[in-house]
Order: sequence, then C-alpha cells, then structure tokens
Amino acid sequence: MPLVYAGVCSHAPGITGRAERADPEVRDGFYAAYDAMRLRLEATEPDALVVIAAEHFANFFMDNMPAFAMGMADYYEGPIEDPEWLRINKFRAPGSPELSQRIIQAVMHTCDVAYAEEWRLDHGIAVPLHFLTPRFDVPIIPANINCQGPPLTPLSRAWSFGEALRRAADSVAERIAVIGTGGISHWPATPDSGRINEAWDRDFLDRWCAADRERLCAYSDTDTYLDAGQGGFEIRTYIATAAAGAGRGTVHFYAPIPIFAVGCTIADIEIG
Amino acid sequence: MSLYNVQKFLYELNRDERVQQAYRTEPQQAIARYDLDEKERGALLEPDIGLLYHIGVNGQILMHFAAFCGIEWSDYLQRMRDGVERHGPVRAGVYALAGYEGVEAHSRRLGQDGGEEDPG
Repeated sequence: MPLVYAGVCSHAPGITGRAERADPEVRDGFYAAYDAMRLRLEATEPDALVVIAAEHFANFFMDNMPAFAMGMADYYEGPIEDPEWLRINKFRAPGSPELSQRIIQAVMHTCDVAYAEEWRLDHGIAVPLHFLTPRFDVPIIPANINCQGPPLTPLSRAWSFGEALRRAADSVAERIAVIGTGGISHWPATPDSGRINEAWDRDFLDRWCAADRERLCAYSDTDTYLDAGQGGFEIRTYIATAAAGAGRGTVHFYAPIPIFAVGCTIADIEIG
Repeated sequence: MSLYNVQKFLYELNRDERVQQAYRTEPQQAIARYDLDEKERGALLEPDIGLLYHIGVNGQILMHFAAFCGIEWSDYLQRMRDGVERHGPVRAGVYALAGYEGVEAHSRRLGQDGGEEDPG
C-alpha cells in the first residue's frame, strides 16, 4: 500500500510545558492547526505511524550514536521528562514489532539503520503524539536521525533515509503514515532560547514545499549553526519527510512563539 | 577535563530513576564511578548550571537536569547567561563548534532582538 500520509510538526517541550506563557491567540491558532493535522491524518486511516524524530539523549548517547535508528518494540513508554514539567502524563504507546521488522529490513537495502527493541520517548515524540494520537491508540514506529551529537548525519543521507522509508512503506500491505518532527531555526535550552530566525525558516519551508533535494541539502552545518542555531540541525527530520512524500508541500501554520523556543510549524506534503 | 563523562552522568540521571534516587540521597556516591575532576564534581553537586554550560554540556541534557533540580525555566536560562559571563565562552561540545559569541553579539549579527528576555 502506498504511503498514506506525510507531514511535519514542531515538538518543543514548551508547547505543552509553558503553554500559559504564550500569546493566547497565536498559541491557540497553533493548537488548532495541530488538531486539523490530526483530522487529516485520521482520515487516511493509518495502521501505523512512523515518527521521524531528533531525540535528545533519551536513548542514544555518544557511547554508541547511530546515524539512523528505528524502533522495533512491543510498546514505547514516555515521556522521560517529569510529567509535571512537560505536562504530559506518563503513557504507553503501542508498537508493532513485526511490522517494524519488515520495514527496517526493507530500509536496510539502501540505508544502514540501527534498530532498538527498547526505546523511551522524550518530548520529541511525546508532544506530537499528545496532539496527533491523544489516546495513544495508533501503533508507532519511532525513527531517529542524529541531529544532536556531531558528527551529525549528513543532510543528503537524511534525504536517502526518507526515500528508503518511502520504498519500505510502499512495499508493505499496511497503511503507513510518516510524521517528521523537529524545529527549524531555534536555540533550544541555551541562553539564546526564544530566538527564532523567521526569514531563514520561511526560506527553508519554501525549499521543503518544493521537495527540492538540491536546495534542502545545500546547508552546511556551520552555516546552519550560525543562522539557525543547534536546533536547526533538526531540519534532517523535515528533509527525510520531504523525500518520503516527494510531492508538493503545504504549510498550514507557521508562527514564531518565543516562549515555545521555536517557529511553530504544521505542514504536510502530497504523496508524489 | 571530561565533557564526555559529565554528560554521561547527566544522561544516565535524566533517564534512570535509580540514578536520580542515588543523586538525591548520596550525591557524592552517585557520581563516584565517573572519571571527573574536582571542578566537574563540584559543578554537578552544587549544582552549578552556569559552569556546566560553560564546560559544554548540551542544553538538551542540561535542561532536564535543571528541571530535576527544581530550577524554574527563566532561572535556568539566566544561570547559563551568568555562567558565560563569569567563566567565558562555552569551551567544548556542540556550542563551541563555530565559536559561541554570546547573546548580545549574536543578536547584533542577526539584526534581531535577543532571546527570551521576558521571564514571564
């Protein structure tokens, strides 16, 4: 069954954890866009949701950092953060190890990927699930691209991973949806937290909507760091999602929300 | 000086309730098996968020430690700013890749206002 859905969304912990400190009008517009994304996703009736994330040292550390990893567990518990801090209660999201195994096997034909039968979710996946599958009732397959500990996964490889994921999703009978989650420009958890380079974000989203491999992969890590912060390294998740979708993208919501420390984004991309 | 070992301890603390319990009850003991120097041990035990940031601890690790220590978000950001002011630029890790220029210099270069100034 061809891939049924591909989209991207922001995941910053402030989105839930510091909700009351945001401009209510902008915040509620963002939440509404997240809810509309949930409805579009539900309409595709996915059997499983592959969440391409940029996890933040919840499972992977510099003792053995994979460029790519995918989950193959019965279930995934989260969040690792204090529930009161993140304001998401502890939950258990279902997995589908047999489906994971088939998809990982297919991805491996063209992209080396580590697999994990144990995976704890941090805000990078917990926040999107909180909005998109609030009952935690859709099986998920977490995927991770190393966006945190240099040397980082090259952008061109993130694109290749997305292509491999698309081929894998198309090869199974189940209805697979892909969600990429990350920030565009941002400086999370640093003294610069709250800074957002809106012009950089909008230029990136133009490239993303065109699924333009050459322009999406043209950034150097140094330039990204200087112009878009270390959080900008998470564009890898968006790039992989663009490669998986391969059609025309639509940005449904974009607005900088400094207390959330990111330009909050909801977008999806046609299955080309 | 081992940024790796400082971050390894915090990584394990952030994700393991047993390490958290050990840190609460016998902090010296909790960090004993990590190869740390005096400055690093002191920063972890105090805890000195500003010094840990200066050493190069990734914010995605440090943020969770600060929350675990009950440090409020705006206070956490200010402690890092104070740390850079007191100890100098971040000396290792991802933030030292291209040289950290500080919030004000960064704002000037990008022609923007500063980061999250309003403590809310």
